[in-house]
Amino acid sequence: MHELAIVQRILEAVCERADGRRVRRVTVRVGALTAVVPGAMLFCWELAAEGTDADGADLDIEQRPATARCRACGADLELADLVLLCPCGSADLAVTGGRELQIVSMEVT
Amino acid sequence: MCATCGCGPHHHETVTLEQRVLAKNDALARANRVRLAGRGIRAVNLMSSPGSGKTTLLERTVRDLNGRRPVAVIEGDQETRLDADRLRATGCAVTQVNTGAGCHLDAAMVGDALDRLDPADGTLLFIENVGNLVCPALFDLGEDGKVVIVSVTEGADKPLKYPYMFAAADLVVVNKLDLLPYVDFDLDACRAHVSAVNPRASLVTLSATRGDDIGSWYEWLLLN
Ligand SMILES: Nc1nc2c(ncn2[C@@H]2O[C@H](COP(=O)(O)OP(=O)(O)O)[C@@H](O)[C@H]2O)c(=O)[nH]1
Ligand SMILES: [Mg+2]
Ligand SMILES: [Zn+2]
Repeated sequence: MHELAIVQRILEAVCERADGRRVRRVTVRVGALTAVVPGAMLFCWELAAEGTDADGADLDIEQRPATARCRACGADLELADLVLLCPCGSADLAVTGGRELQIVSMEVT
Repeated sequence: MCATCGCGPHHHETVTLEQRVLAKNDALARANRVRLAGRGIRAVNLMSSPGSGKTTLLERTVRDLNGRRPVAVIEGDQETRLDADRLRATGCAVTQVNTGAGCHLDAAMVGDALDRLDPADGTLLFIENVGNLVCPALFDLGEDGKVVIVSVTEGADKPLKYPYMFAAADLVVVNKLDLLPYVDFDLDACRAHVSAVNPRASLVTLSATRGDDIGSWYEWLLLN
């Protein structure tokens, strides 16, 4: 369960930045190519936040699709799975999105 | 009273962070990479499911290469404590990392292990990651190369089931080639699946126990 490790890093970062203030909400961006399962993050969020300055905070997850540009025909595609193949037959794709694993913002009081 | 959370008479402030979740790990990984490069140490991160043959391949590799080039191992597999002992028996420097409940190594653990191990200049350093085909893919350790091992007893569709891991690989090793006659494993399909998720990965096939076809592995190690 690497989502727990991910969630712990998010909590560390937001609590450090909150600097003693109460964290009420955290927004993160998770790409489809990161192998991070949003449901699993939510599952361990509450427990991991317990006792920190983000205890009880909401976690908002913005999911981002996997996208790529075909170097052969120039098409921009959304990838349904991780198989790098363009409808034109080319496998020469440059991944343009889906690797995001970012803390976007937080709400503090 | 605050409308958002009912928490009392104070206002909410939104703080923009826009920072990578793994920023700290990535910074530590960069530090490891600089430290290793400065001493001519090449680090190879070995990842697979439990039982694919990471330790067996390392045992043979250390025996064959020791003497040609200093070899050292960071042992992160938590399946058993025996792996570090198996490798120590081959005569190379080994340090075991305790990942606790963790399912992967991270750059901080590798940095600490480097402090303890203090490998000689020019060492070929192997990092046996925790047996797991998902989590280790996310964590940069500061290695020069990522190797993913899959054995013929696991099924040729592994690369499609664990595309994140195979997408991160520089080299895919198909192990237990000696068992190929006894199992239903389509090597060509496996090759096609690997290149579907990662066209730039190299692939070698071998038997870690018998040593069949081991030459292409050493070639990759010593030339890359
Ligand atoms: N037949 C056969 N068995 C192997 C081979 N490589 C490893 N094994 C066996 O697979 C089992 C697991 O190997 P091990 O190296 O401990 O896997 P690890 O968990 O990836 O480190 C052991 O019983 C090994 O003897 C191989 O090339 N052929
Ligand atoms: Mg092992
Ligand atoms: Zn195309």
